[in-house]
Amino acid sequence: MPLDAADPDRTWYEIVRDVLKQHKVRLVTYVPDNVLRPLIELVEADPFFTCFVTTREEEALGIVAGAWMGGVHGIVLMQTSGFATLPNAIASLAVPFQIPVLLMVSERGTLGEFNIGQALVARTMRPVLDSLAMEHHTLTRLDEVEFIIDRSIRQAVATQAPVAFILSPLLTGGKVFQK
Amino acid sequence: MALTANQPLRREQAKVMNRFDITQRLVARLHHDEAVIGGIGYSNFDLWAAGRRPQNFYMLGSMGLAVPIAHGVAIAQPQRRVIALEGDGSILMQLGSLTTVAHRAPPNLTIVILDNGTYQITGGQKAATELGADIVAIARGAGIAQSAWAADESALEEMVDLALREDGPWLIGCRIDTGKPVDTTERDPARIRDQFMRGLGVKK
Repeated sequence: MPLDAADPDRTWYEIVRDVLKQHKVRLVTYVPDNVLRPLIELVEADPFFTCFVTTREEEALGIVAGAWMGGVHGIVLMQTSGFATLPNAIASLAVPFQIPVLLMVSERGTLGEFNIGQALVARTMRPVLDSLAMEHHTLTRLDEVEFIIDRSIRQAVATQAPVAFILSPLLTGGKVFQK
Repeated sequence: MALTANQPLRREQAKVMNRFDITQRLVARLHHDEAVIGGIGYSNFDLWAAGRRPQNFYMLGSMGLAVPIAHGVAIAQPQRRVIALEGDGSILMQLGSLTTVAHRAPPNLTIVILDNGTYQITGGQKAATELGADIVAIARGAGIAQSAWAADESALEEMVDLALREDGPWLIGCRIDTGKPVDTTERDPARIRDQFMRGLGVKK
């Protein structure tokens, strides 16, 4: 498909959509998040994708794992607190069965967080990813989004390993406190 | 729907069957390389014992994810019938997945719940299913209209045939005993996944 990768005006979520399409990542499962909303809306409006809401992040991961084994690649969208529910499913399904599940996490809990629960649970995310020896990248700059996701999807497939993309508020603006 | 209407209304009206026996009966009715996702523990031990089909996937951990994994396979391969074989304790951990199955309504997905009312592998502690919860009623409430208890073995066979022939999603509740599984699944996840993908024609 013709994608204007040189378009300097693409938003982060347009870039994500385009890279997913290039890699034929057709299935998107998610638990809603405010920062992810524009990406979810883009993907839901595009007939290339099958995109739907699930009840838990574990369920979303299980669906994407099953689809991969059936020949369709997918990605799970969630926020930080949702990632905290996933270590068992990553450690007992994605990693040992060698399934290249893609995870995209909207980062809460830092750079202006207003909810103490989010701030606390966010600190578990990178230690969990590191303890699972799982590849992960934090996306902070618009000009790096395409390169990081493109190369990481290639690596995930080639090495049969899951990967997590953390969307920093530096990239997305995050969720800000409003009275 | 006509058949499900003839089945027992409540869990306690269904016959208690033997897990290995009904797993064998289920597998014997698969003639079109249907995919089967075996939930953790004795559910997939007896699936393993019932024969090494390359279209079987045996979970090792990730308790509760048999239905989501089967749902994913069903989305990826709409021409193939897919069965989730899950225990009652496991599905209790992921009841939300029934609501997703209901609103997505994959026509090629069948969920078979093996309900012995206990967490048998951990010592037989009672599960909520033994304390009043009715998985078939829960599934109907979640929106899976074609949900029913199997009255006995022959009713189960009829329901499986129907589910493999007509549009789903289906949920079949099976009350089972607490018999020991016949064998233990080989714990080699990379091999299980590789064989499953070849069995589904994804890898050559």
